[in-house]
Amino acid sequence: MSRCIDVGTVLRGTVCDLYSNLVTRPTGAAVRTAIEQQVRELAAPDVTTIDFSQVNLLDFSCADEIVAKLLLRYTADDGLRGYLTFRGLHEGHLDPIETVLERHALALVSWHEGEAELFGYVDDDERAHWEVVRAHGPIRAPAVAEVLAVSESAAHAHLVRLERRRLIMLRDEGYTVPGAVRGSS
Amino acid sequence: MTTVISVPPSLDEASFEQVIEQLAPLPDGEKILIDARHARWASPYGLTALLCVAQARRDRLAFALPEHADTLSYWSRIGFVRHAAELYEMHGTVPRARDAHESDVLLEITPITQSDDVHGVVGRIQQKAADILHGQLNLDTAITGAFGMTLSEACQNIVEHAGRGGWVAVQKYTYTKRLGRKVVVIAVCDAGIGFRKSLESSPGHRSSDRWDDGQALEDAVLRATSRFRHGDKGRGQGLAGIRRFVSRWHGKLTVRSGTARLAIAPEWDADLPLTEGLPFFPGAQMQIVIPERLGDAPVRAGSRGASRSRLGSRP
Repeated sequence: MSRCIDVGTVLRGTVCDLYSNLVTRPTGAAVRTAIEQQVRELAAPDVTTIDFSQVNLLDFSCADEIVAKLLLRYTADDGLRGYLTFRGLHEGHLDPIETVLERHALALVSWHEGEAELFGYVDDDERAHWEVVRAHGPIRAPAVAEVLAVSESAAHAHLVRLERRRLIMLRDEGYTVPGAVRGSS
Repeated sequence: MTTVISVPPSLDEASFEQVIEQLAPLPDGEKILIDARHARWASPYGLTALLCVAQARRDRLAFALPEHADTLSYWSRIGFVRHAAELYEMHGTVPRARDAHESDVLLEITPITQSDDVHGVVGRIQQKAADILHGQLNLDTAITGAFGMTLSEACQNIVEHAGRGGWVAVQKYTYTKRLGRKVVVIAVCDAGIGFRKSLESSPGHRSSDRWDDGQALEDAVLRATSRFRHGDKGRGQGLAGIRRFVSRWHGKLTVRSGTARLAIAPEWDADLPLTEGLPFFPGAQMQIVIPERLGDAPVRAGSRGASRSRLGSRP
């Protein structure tokens, strides 16, 4: 089960119907609280996509309050279940988002024109494994190891770490990028 | 007896120090007249800082408006006279309040006291900022969003740290003396508690041997320290973001607080990185200068795949 939440709608419904910019920390905190409420009411969908396409301006405070703190909730041991992805991120959103991701050592999956992208704090090995999953998923560790010419145990360790960071998800058929529809890549 | 403090004919960030030098030694209770009769020009920093002068004193000061009609008219249109009349005992002919219609004024002097004010400022300025930054200063269109973000973070510093309201103004003018180019200038000034006291209020604060206004400015601006950082790793990113914005667009950032002033200067300016031992002035006064780009406007980078990322992979 998946769900898309339009941040622009949440902003106007929660804070002020005249606002189109995500600025100031109290605004970010109010929007995040409303999103968390929606996620809980839906009994934790597998994949929740946060849509920024209606957001004109995003500042560091809102990027921290919404993007970073939501991701922290998902990656915490006792946090929200499921996976969080983003879409509608434009160039102007990326600077504040990448800044806060770096600060918290977080990363996220964003969908742009039908393709998944990985932003934030990831090392070269993590990115390489993630890109194989994006290109070939659903895929299991031995197949990833073969593509990257690494040992199965090394591939398995990286995939487990990426799964724990909620950057890939494990299904019966193997690892896949959250939000990917089979055959969509 | 009334002490007269002379406002320099050209009032900008540098010459405002002359006002502070005259003001700092005067005890509260002293009758003071701020004499701007001979002023001919003032930057957004100069005007917002003059409003802070009134806020910084317990007693209501007197203010003599500029005598030159053009100057007075401009100070009125940018909103200075209207706000000053609420803070000062005004002397001189106070022109009727009118809205700013100056094409070079991106944002007239605007009070910032709460988060809603920041939404208002950012919302109002966007289209005009895009027209001037891209259309007149020849800068990449990507600057518009970053400019709004910078303005938002600078104003939020007042709401979150000053402990009282402050002022913001944004204007385009030609920086003849130092640069010979057009610039856009953001001034954000308050007469609140200042950086040192703000950081001292953090539960995790430990004063070092050298703890003063200069150290506080360096901590906040260069090391992204925030009084809220204790228990919230995400705080303190606003000033770091402003610093990155200024650096990317070859601009200049100066922040004055208490007795110190910190400058992040580009290649076209030879300002000192840190000046200490200045006469005390409360609160924080920030100026951001973004210069015109010479030559053709750059083409925007593509926006596909990993090229959209600024970070790349960490090692």
